[in-house]
Amino acid sequence: MSAKPRIAVHKFASCDGCQLAFLNAGEDLLTLAELVEIVHFPEAGPLDPAAKVDLAFVEGSVSTPEEAERIRAIRRHSRVLATLGACATAGGLQALRNFANAGEWLAGVYATPETVAALDTATPIREHVKVDFELWGCPVNGEQVLQAVRDVLFGVSPAIPDEKVCLDCKRRGNPCVLVTRGEPCMGPVTRTGCGALCPAMNRGCYACFGPAENPNTAAFANRLEGLGLLPDEVARRYHFITSQAPAFRAAGKKEAKDETP
Amino acid sequence: MTDPRRIQVPVLTRVEGEGALDLRIRDGEIEKLQLRIFEPPRLFEKLLEGRPWSDVIDIVARICGICPVAYQMTAAQALEEIFGVTVEPAIAELRRAMYFAEWIESHALHIHLLAAPDFLGFDSVTAMAEQYPDEVRRGLHLQGLGNRLLALLGGRSVHPVSVCVGGFTRLPERRELNALLEEYREALPLAEALLAWTATLKLPDMTQDFPAVALRHPQVYPIEAGRIVSSEGLDIDAAAFPEHFREAQVAYSNALHCHLHDRPYLVGPLARLNLNRDRLPPPVAAVLERTGITFPSANPFHGIVARAVEILLAFHEVIRLLENWRAPERSRVPFTVRGGVGHGCTEAPRGILWHRYALDEAGMVRAATITPPTSQNQARIEEDLRQALPRFGLERPDAELRAFAEQVIRNYDPCISCATHFLRLQVERAP
Repeated sequence: MSAKPRIAVHKFASCDGCQLAFLNAGEDLLTLAELVEIVHFPEAGPLDPAAKVDLAFVEGSVSTPEEAERIRAIRRHSRVLATLGACATAGGLQALRNFANAGEWLAGVYATPETVAALDTATPIREHVKVDFELWGCPVNGEQVLQAVRDVLFGVSPAIPDEKVCLDCKRRGNPCVLVTRGEPCMGPVTRTGCGALCPAMNRGCYACFGPAENPNTAAFANRLEGLGLLPDEVARRYHFITSQAPAFRAAGKKEAKDETP
Repeated sequence: MTDPRRIQVPVLTRVEGEGALDLRIRDGEIEKLQLRIFEPPRLFEKLLEGRPWSDVIDIVARICGICPVAYQMTAAQALEEIFGVTVEPAIAELRRAMYFAEWIESHALHIHLLAAPDFLGFDSVTAMAEQYPDEVRRGLHLQGLGNRLLALLGGRSVHPVSVCVGGFTRLPERRELNALLEEYREALPLAEALLAWTATLKLPDMTQDFPAVALRHPQVYPIEAGRIVSSEGLDIDAAAFPEHFREAQVAYSNALHCHLHDRPYLVGPLARLNLNRDRLPPPVAAVLERTGITFPSANPFHGIVARAVEILLAFHEVIRLLENWRAPERSRVPFTVRGGVGHGCTEAPRGILWHRYALDEAGMVRAATITPPTSQNQARIEEDLRQALPRFGLERPDAELRAFAEQVIRNYDPCISCATHFLRLQVERAP
């Protein structure tokens, strides 16, 4: 019998919520432990950051010099590397400092900011190393994570949905938040994966799964302005949890009339 | 003088977030003890500035994936104070039930996945499951029930989406509640068995002297409301928190330590139970009585038992709150946005969580201050280690000392990702 596939779960700047896809999985966690060998997952116990693995999940964005080094080492030891959630894939909320003066922010929170090792930016894993596949969401959808593990075990690339939240809304029969309530909803430019959760809970989508395929962000910005939103308010909707996804970063900058690259 | 012995735990495992411990022993005494937190700063208090009030609840949830509801409820309380909103009783009941669901999830996760392996000699829950399959499955089942109520009320268990100023975006339907309540009733004996089981664990016998701080409510066990009280007679409302609690820079270190009147103090399940033993519903008190463990307890390791007490309490409270719950006419009350300052203080799974927001007239955040439980417990964890390690025996082999130190720290269930403003902790004693 061949050895079990080896899996690692690494943490960078994050809230730990995406790792709960495993820790909240209940019986599935025990099944997973039978199918694979979990060699590194500090929150669950196993610690071996330098182990060679078949599949490494990375939660969190790169926000310190140490993290920038560590992600390169992880890449070298991992056959397949996948991001786990919005921080690793699109920066997370902490990436909002990329649009601000990060030094001033740090000085605003810490009495001696010079002793805190932090980069001026929080960036997605993709900007540092090659990523084999990305799981979106704040948090990730737990079923999607376990499905991805299955796919990798079977030797196929995970099929990750990239269509718009609107399509799931129609399938669920949710009344359209934008049309029937006249409230902002990011569904028309946002990737599904949540199952159109927010509209089902009577509120607009806030884009925690990042941009869908081919999002028409400019036309949608006009639509939001048609609801009475100011350009700054539209910019804040693009620059939220997934602000470092290129489509949203650019759309927000355009609205905010920010000319920096 | 002999060469010092250095013991390092480079990465603390089975805690939420990233931390490490450095310990230096010289001539049989602790020369240096460093609980280092290297969770990268995410600067939440700054990124809130300039955002509209309507983003706050979604933003602060992201401080902690384990206890997002605690952050949401505390922020809602502060914003509702600013806008002069009083939620309807049925909404307050639903919020309390949702918050208890998070306690179930968080406490069950800590007991089974993080702490119990320590007391039974395993390095992970999956290893423990091979010898203790029934106990592990029971724990995962209870954890799952907490998550399912969170998902019913909030859409999903991690970063739920329904809590809003004035109420909820969506209220559950009676049939949805009934189906889950049936499972909650069936789980009561399991939660009772869990409490009895935690009392049989071989917990180190170690008493310490520490002030306990928790909320206290006139009628019920505190979670979403109450005054801040301590075992030494403090009794204040949330707005007075900064007058008594200081996040001060320690002269010999770069760390911010939160002190109550210049002393470390304990928050969390043990502190809560020590101060609110008389608020347990009779059926919970009866099961606790049978364990033979008495509270208030001065043994920090009784934290795991206190967590199990709170899980059983949470099941009783959820059933009581939702059994005859009737939806109010409106899922949220209307309000007018205005400027001002508001405070929130609630009992997160790991202890009191304090928020303060200042909004301008347009409802934009001008300033935010968030004091999470783990930053409050940090000084207490160090104090505990300084007392516990010499009593355990500094002469013991490194591996034993290291394992015990980890166990002491883990007992506080430190949620380091909650650290909105942790620093690297450096304790350097005079030679």
